Amino acid sequence: MIQETIITIISTLLILCGLIFFLGAAVGLLRFPDFYTRMHAAGKGDTLSSFLVVLGFAVYQLHDFKFTEAGFKENWWVLLLILKLIGICAFIMITSPTSTHALMNAGWEDDIEPELKHKDANELEKDYPRK
Amino acid sequence: MDDSMPTKGLIAYRILVFLLLMITWVIFSGLMDGFHLTLGLISCFIVTWMSSDLIFQNRRLSMLVRMKQIVSLILYLGWLFWQVVLSNVHLLKLAFSGSKAHEPQIVKYESKLETDFEKFMLANSITLTPGTVTVKIIGQTYYIHAISDVAASGLDGEMERRIAKIFAR
Repeated sequence: MIQETIITIISTLLILCGLIFFLGAAVGLLRFPDFYTRMHAAGKGDTLSSFLVVLGFAVYQLHDFKFTEAGFKENWWVLLLILKLIGICAFIMITSPTSTHALMNAGWEDDIEPELKHKDANELEKDYPRK
Repeated sequence: MDDSMPTKGLIAYRILVFLLLMITWVIFSGLMDGFHLTLGLISCFIVTWMSSDLIFQNRRLSMLVRMKQIVSLILYLGWLFWQVVLSNVHLLKLAFSGSKAHEPQIVKYESKLETDFEKFMLANSITLTPGTVTVKIIGQTYYIHAISDVAASGLDGEMERRIAKIFAR
């Protein structure tokens, strides 16, 4: 009973933290000035927040898991389930920055003008002018 | 494939790839009866036989060096995860602060890393750390979009040193 309560509280906290970071990403997506800065919000907010939410699910799976030999024999598949969820996390950690990079690159190739702090703050345009 | 490769290394790599595939199979299938395990053995064997050279590029390295690399890679991922947390807190702050905090710029970063995997690690790590995203890699020059001056000054080469340390022979 005590274990159930503790596990539920931990997993709820993890999922809530994840949702806060998702909120930050959504607000950033709407408020940032141009395509490139918006990609910062979309690409990074996703990584940690989905990680935390999935981790919350993984912890919740332990809520009726008994840490005895009989418990392991009965519920070993729970551990496999947790490994699967961690696999999802690892996949997100690899694909999210890769897709962000691909979109940034595509945006640059497609002549989207970045909004800069001043005109000269663009080393890429200096080295490889597009027009 | 290069003929001068020692065959002993090749077999060890095949076994390693087979074990990796088999562990993945067991985790994702979750069924422990003979039928499904046999199916797993057969398909892992076929995949190892046909394409075991896709995962590890340089198969001349000894297994011991490879294991060391894997351990330090895992330690590095732990450090990277902390950077991801910092990055998200930074983003949260920027999202709720005024637009004066934004100082977008594209900066240049020269690296000394050579192999594709090292470059991939560095580019992904830069994207995951606070306020910076890799836009383009041309040769060994990285063009990085930074959202503020603080973020741009964070590219001081510490990350590259850590990655170079993993793959140092």
